[in-house]
Amino acid sequence: MTLRDGWEMVIGLEVHTELKTSTKMFCGCANEFGSEPNTNVCPVCLGLPGSLPVLNVRAVDLAMAIGFALHSTIGFSTFHRKNYFYPDMPKDFQISQYDLPINSGGYLDLPDGSRVTIERAHLEEDTGKSTHLGGSGRIHGADRSLVDYNRSGVPLVEIVSGPDIRSSAQARGYASELRGILIATGASDGRMEEGSMRIDANVSVRRPGDPLGTRCEIKNLNSLRSLHRAIDYEAARQVELVEGGAKVRQETRHWDEHLGETSTMRTKEEAEDYRYFREPDLVDLVPDTAWQERIRAGLGAMPAERRATLLARLTDPTPSQLDALEVVVDLGFDDLVLAAIDAGVEAPLALARAANELAAAIDDIANLTQDAFIATLTMEQGGELSATQAKTVLLELLAHAGDPRAIAAAKGFEQLSSDSLGETVAALITQYPDEWARFRDGDEKLAQFFIGQVMKLTKGQANGKAVIAELQSRR
Amino acid sequence: MRSALDIARDVRSGATTAENEMATSLAAIRARNDELNVFLFVDEEGALDAARRVDERVTRGEDVGALAGVPIALKDNLCQSGVPTTAGSKILKGWRPPYSATVVGRLLDAGAVPMGKTNMDEFAMGSSTETSAFGPTRNPLNVERVPGGSSGGSASAVAADMTPLSLGSDTGGSIRQPAALCGLVGVKPTYGLVSRYGLIAFASSLDQIGPFAKNVADAAALLEVIAGHDPMDSTSLPELAPSLLSHVNDGVAGKRVGLVRELFDGAADEVVAEVERAAEALRDAGATIVELSVPEIHLGLSAYYLIAPAEASSNLARYDGVRYGLRVDADDVAAMNEATRTAGFGAEVKRRIMLGTYALSAGYYDAYYGQALKVRTQLIDAFRRAYLEADLLLGATAPTVAFAIGEKTADPMAMYLSDVFTIPTNLAGDAAISVPFGTGEADLPIGVQLLGPGRSEAGLFAAARVLELADGRS
Repeated sequence: MTLRDGWEMVIGLEVHTELKTSTKMFCGCANEFGSEPNTNVCPVCLGLPGSLPVLNVRAVDLAMAIGFALHSTIGFSTFHRKNYFYPDMPKDFQISQYDLPINSGGYLDLPDGSRVTIERAHLEEDTGKSTHLGGSGRIHGADRSLVDYNRSGVPLVEIVSGPDIRSSAQARGYASELRGILIATGASDGRMEEGSMRIDANVSVRRPGDPLGTRCEIKNLNSLRSLHRAIDYEAARQVELVEGGAKVRQETRHWDEHLGETSTMRTKEEAEDYRYFREPDLVDLVPDTAWQERIRAGLGAMPAERRATLLARLTDPTPSQLDALEVVVDLGFDDLVLAAIDAGVEAPLALARAANELAAAIDDIANLTQDAFIATLTMEQGGELSATQAKTVLLELLAHAGDPRAIAAAKGFEQLSSDSLGETVAALITQYPDEWARFRDGDEKLAQFFIGQVMKLTKGQANGKAVIAELQSRR
Repeated sequence: MRSALDIARDVRSGATTAENEMATSLAAIRARNDELNVFLFVDEEGALDAARRVDERVTRGEDVGALAGVPIALKDNLCQSGVPTTAGSKILKGWRPPYSATVVGRLLDAGAVPMGKTNMDEFAMGSSTETSAFGPTRNPLNVERVPGGSSGGSASAVAADMTPLSLGSDTGGSIRQPAALCGLVGVKPTYGLVSRYGLIAFASSLDQIGPFAKNVADAAALLEVIAGHDPMDSTSLPELAPSLLSHVNDGVAGKRVGLVRELFDGAADEVVAEVERAAEALRDAGATIVELSVPEIHLGLSAYYLIAPAEASSNLARYDGVRYGLRVDADDVAAMNEATRTAGFGAEVKRRIMLGTYALSAGYYDAYYGQALKVRTQLIDAFRRAYLEADLLLGATAPTVAFAIGEKTADPMAMYLSDVFTIPTNLAGDAAISVPFGTGEADLPIGVQLLGPGRSEAGLFAAARVLELADGRS
């Protein structure tokens, strides 16, 4: 969507990402999504009287990795307390970095060629999660509330962009590219649906060249689609207000996915005074050069570079192959695809299987070895497996691991030798002389007819390409 | 009551048993606890278990530790797993922590026998143990007087011969002032020397756990047991516990002792007289006395009453009725929070939460909290300069001997002034010790204070021992 003529959106994003550490930020509890409520808790993350935080060094590693990927300056940093009452925050303050974040400055280049500046990327802890039951179903007016503190104390990095974004599409592009970087650094799994990446959008509108307008902050957008829609809605709302002679009020707004609208959460006047002050229970965080270098050296290639590497292996890519390429890099399957291509698998096939079958079973990807992936695709390419069979073998590998040949054999995907395929085709030619004549005269559609008949006779175990090759050889 | 070191020696040798010593302590507690209100909870079962475990280890010929079989009292802001812990507040009434403070674990490892939890000013906010939600503790030496505070219960436990040792916490003088008022040795260790893990926080940048004992050697032995790095406390110093007991008799020959005017200005004449007599005693023992002025000390009290409440306002936010302790139900969460805190906190705690909240508020931060931090830095520098001229400093601990129960409760400023000589050490993060020296009005004990830079505990114990001997104590 574009704004009415003569208006420009100004957008800055605050992206919160949970860090993929094995333990929480200030205690040894497991950092795990989906456990039984209140099982990953201890005196520290429950904020029990007398408990004290101890910083998880791994969280600092990942925060620095994000900083390097965003070209930030890494330096002396401190922790503060952000004080406000909320039942899912056990200490009634959040430990967060404030005026001295671990990562300052930086930028992110988007695939469309634009550059968005990064103001900071700082460490903070996550809160627990409330469920409000009965009544209004929200914190005010519910009959009762349940709190799960498993998420309490999970490490977060908040990445704050400059107000450089000018459209909802660019915002989406930024979030998507950032998500790729978070995955590539190993800092996060980037799963927005599980809340491991959440976005707040600061939106204002102005006439191009004018000073910045009054902004509204839309909280907790948890999909790229919501981000896109919420920004469009909010910018249009602001333009309408201003054109109608009213003023935009600085406030925090809530996005309702179902209504497709933003609404006021709290105005600037109602905003909390967080009374930030230095967290006296923690010491300064000063990563020395050796530590920084260790993290920098451990960083792999970022998505932009990886897309370019993979693209170089495709000749005349189709638009759908380009889409698949993005998916593959986003999900971090590009090394697998490149290895398959190096092993002789055709690039489009490797790309398609990774972007479809593998992407659909991403939770089980650890079961699939590179060798098994290559072997399966090589069998498919060589005609030993049909496309359907190859997909079935991949799904089996993803679900239970194993050896692709053994799986194929166990599934009864007997390889159809070219001899027996030749006999089958010969028999069909005799059985359908008219169809064969038309095919020989150049009616290519009849190839599908013969493939269908071969499949019927072999119960789907033949490879389509091999059948065509057989037909061609007899033409 | 025999000294802690004598008890430990006899338990280790088999001359007595831990169970026997525990029973003696329990009898003393039963005899006077109703009258004095020292213990909020006497852990008879836990103490018996701990004592029997020590005795079993002795029987097996194991090394039982430096405090084998020594009964000890714990201030009620120290978490001990399964033992009721209130910090002197109604808001935590009935709460039993599921974990133990690091110091409690170290005590048990050293063979000590925790007897229970002692009364204190609510969340350690007070100087007389009168702000406790569970009534004041009386001074065993004169039951019409306060024992001081906030660790008044722990001081009284030792003064009443209920236990030879106790632990308190010192945020602005809460160990040293009651030690002075009860005639005991009390130590505020260097910030970070003793782990705070499991100490219910009042003001995190100032709080330190420390010992009470009847004599210097016992106090040194106890501090040696609880000190040393703890990975659970990020502010814990990196090194192992220092050797202290072996330095108790090092003396002060050749040491420069700074007699600091601001550390006794305004104290009662009888207190000033004892400080001067203490200086003479140290000189007699071979120290050089240097008269010093550290004017920044006068700024300590005002900085403290911004920094400590500011941190407290945040530390005490968690008592919101959601997870543990008192809950007063109301229509929604915010109303429940408010009703719980209104009912659960006493007047002094509310006063400090409001003060601290205000000091941190937007628009006031720079003028109050920010300014107080600057003053704190100035004070730290001033002490650093003073320690170029002197190895340790001498002054009064409290301005007067123990005052009457009720005498200062109506006047918070008068109460706050009780800590004027002790607060600067907490702000600086340094070490200090209060040692009994002479008596004053109504034959009540007077304490003098020895102050040193960070990690100077061994020297402070040696100087305190000189004063102990000069005052005619063994």
